[in-house]
Amino acid sequence: MIEMKNVSKWYGDFHVLNNCSTVVEKGEVVVVCGPSGSGKSTLIKCVNGLEPFQEGTVTFDGISVGESKTNLTKLRSRIGMVFQNFELFPHISVIKNIRLAQEKVLGRSEEEAKKRGMELLERVGLAEQALKYPGQLSGGQQQRVAIARGLAMDPDAMLFDEPTSALDPEMINEVLDVMVELAQEGMTMMVVTHEMGFAKKVANRVIFMDEGRIEEDCSKDAFFGDTRGERAQLFLSKILNH
Amino acid sequence: MNYNWNWGILITEPYMGWIFSGLGWTLLVAISAWVIAFTLGSVIGIMRTLDQPILRAIGATYVEIFRNIPLLVQMFLWYFIFPELLPEEAGLWVKRGIPMPEFWTAVICLGTYTASRVAEQVRAGINAISQGQRQAARAIGLSPAQVYRYVLLPISYRTIIPPMTSEFLGIFKNSSLALTIGVLELTAQTRQIEEYTFQGFEAFTAATILYIIVTFIVMFFMARVEKKVSIPGVTSIGAK
Amino acid sequence: MLENFDFQVVIDAIPFLWEGLKLTFLLTFLAIAGGLILGVLLALARLSHIKPLSFLAASYVNFFRSMPLILVIFWFYFLVPYIVGRPVGGFYSVLVAFTLFEAAYYCEIMRAGIQSVRKGQAQAGQALGLTYKQNMQYVVLPQAFRNMTPILLTQAVILFQDTSLVYVVGLHDFLVNAEIIASRDNRLIELFSTVAVVYFVLCLSFSLSIRTLQRKFSV
Repeated sequence: MIEMKNVSKWYGDFHVLNNCSTVVEKGEVVVVCGPSGSGKSTLIKCVNGLEPFQEGTVTFDGISVGESKTNLTKLRSRIGMVFQNFELFPHISVIKNIRLAQEKVLGRSEEEAKKRGMELLERVGLAEQALKYPGQLSGGQQQRVAIARGLAMDPDAMLFDEPTSALDPEMINEVLDVMVELAQEGMTMMVVTHEMGFAKKVANRVIFMDEGRIEEDCSKDAFFGDTRGERAQLFLSKILNH
Repeated sequence: MNYNWNWGILITEPYMGWIFSGLGWTLLVAISAWVIAFTLGSVIGIMRTLDQPILRAIGATYVEIFRNIPLLVQMFLWYFIFPELLPEEAGLWVKRGIPMPEFWTAVICLGTYTASRVAEQVRAGINAISQGQRQAARAIGLSPAQVYRYVLLPISYRTIIPPMTSEFLGIFKNSSLALTIGVLELTAQTRQIEEYTFQGFEAFTAATILYIIVTFIVMFFMARVEKKVSIPGVTSIGAK
Repeated sequence: MLENFDFQVVIDAIPFLWEGLKLTFLLTFLAIAGGLILGVLLALARLSHIKPLSFLAASYVNFFRSMPLILVIFWFYFLVPYIVGRPVGGFYSVLVAFTLFEAAYYCEIMRAGIQSVRKGQAQAGQALGLTYKQNMQYVVLPQAFRNMTPILLTQAVILFQDTSLVYVVGLHDFLVNAEIIASRDNRLIELFSTVAVVYFVLCLSFSLSIRTLQRKFSV
């Protein structure tokens, strides 16, 4: 479903992504981890073209992301994305956040969009907050709305960019629970996260990045077994020991 | 101080009529010019935030030109020079053909000048929105125009209400420059009363009070608007 | 029209225009100096804990900020001779008008500047035993000025442009002198476009150097 081949990206002299290649099959859940500044977020933002790259190819369902003739807008409507800082639109209510792209991009009727939105809010346990504004919700609630906003487009895949790292510890699980459920239903997911519990539970594969390179790309069992390399070992020991 | 007070002059005709007709022209010039300033300024401000270098350059050039020439000089350029640069017939029409050429000149001059200032506010408002918001708007599949229409503009126009209020009050005060090309607005009328009656103190007091009253009404009204459109759950939005 | 543009008229006018420009510069310079001093005092008054004092300063600022500058010029052109008791000439009246008017704007800038200095700074000064005046003079105001330098300079450009409004009382500044020659020789296009270009070049180069300065400051 998602295929990246030899992707490289520079900010000036800084090599953000260095020859990255990987494949995510339909229904697979891939966790991307690595130290900060290793290029994880940039990597998944290449999938929906939010980050341009200079070399290599990225294809989604056979469509090349980097090519100028590709209709990126249309492509993005098929890929849901959840951001570190939620990025709900502060000036419209929760339900309108979920309705906006359904109506303006997919052309659904208001009624249809509202119905789908309420179903999803129900599902993430926030139906009663539909008329509130994002600023009136807790971080965990906002992130669950953001997931619902992505799902409302009935996407073929979901990208998560550190969805829990801006949350207070007590709110992390409410978000992870929604994500676990989604994974178990067979959604194709790329998830940048340090939540190794999540990875152990639902990931099919784990990608470990360091300094813009994909250092490990292996099955979950291999990653949490002892076949991983030295750097991944060091990284894991750092994040598991606190 | 040797001064003959005569406050009655203010309620004596024709002077009372002059004052109110002056106030009317002041408001008419200010509001008409604001329509130009707001629309043109928004377009130019948005241009300066787009990716196309040419549009950005056009926007930047506009702002620099209008910001770096004194408003009074611009007024004279529009009034004396602009008609001369047009083809002969068009120039004559601008000078004599249109009704109230002084009024329209003042409106266009104030409108285009204030547009450069409005553009800077609009640009700042859009640029203050985080990169994450833009990315989120693009990630859900909105087209570039939709990103502006549904996300960037509704947020930025809310945040810039206070500076935009100052810009409107600026145009309201600057409308007094129209007197230099013969529009009999409020300041011009009170100056005229002073010259006719030597009761400058009373006349200028009347103008001062009217300017203050209008300023208060505008500020009160805009504070209400700001409150009404404020985003629930967002406490500190924009710079005061 | 443009093909008839007569440069000679402009060249001949240079000495007279220069006289006007000198007055424009002088007025700008004096009004900045006066406005800034008064503005700082007003800002201190506005931030004072003495309620009537801060109320008076706030009223002063709101009063001048809701009036058009032209009206202020008319006011003082009319008023100053009465107060002094004899004719003093347009220049002094206008200088008073500009100083008092600008002070309101400088007050707001300096108030923001003083508030931009962290509270701990003033407290550290107090803890060292500095008096209010010493604390302001040596600790708070220098930092406030530094933080506000770009905005103060931008305001100076605005004031420089605003001095052209002395036209309404016929003071011989740059614009009025240009207008005198323009109507004498019937050469409006040449003179007014010269005025516009000179103002534009001066203001733009000053604005650009402020921006360069700002970039250096923010590092």
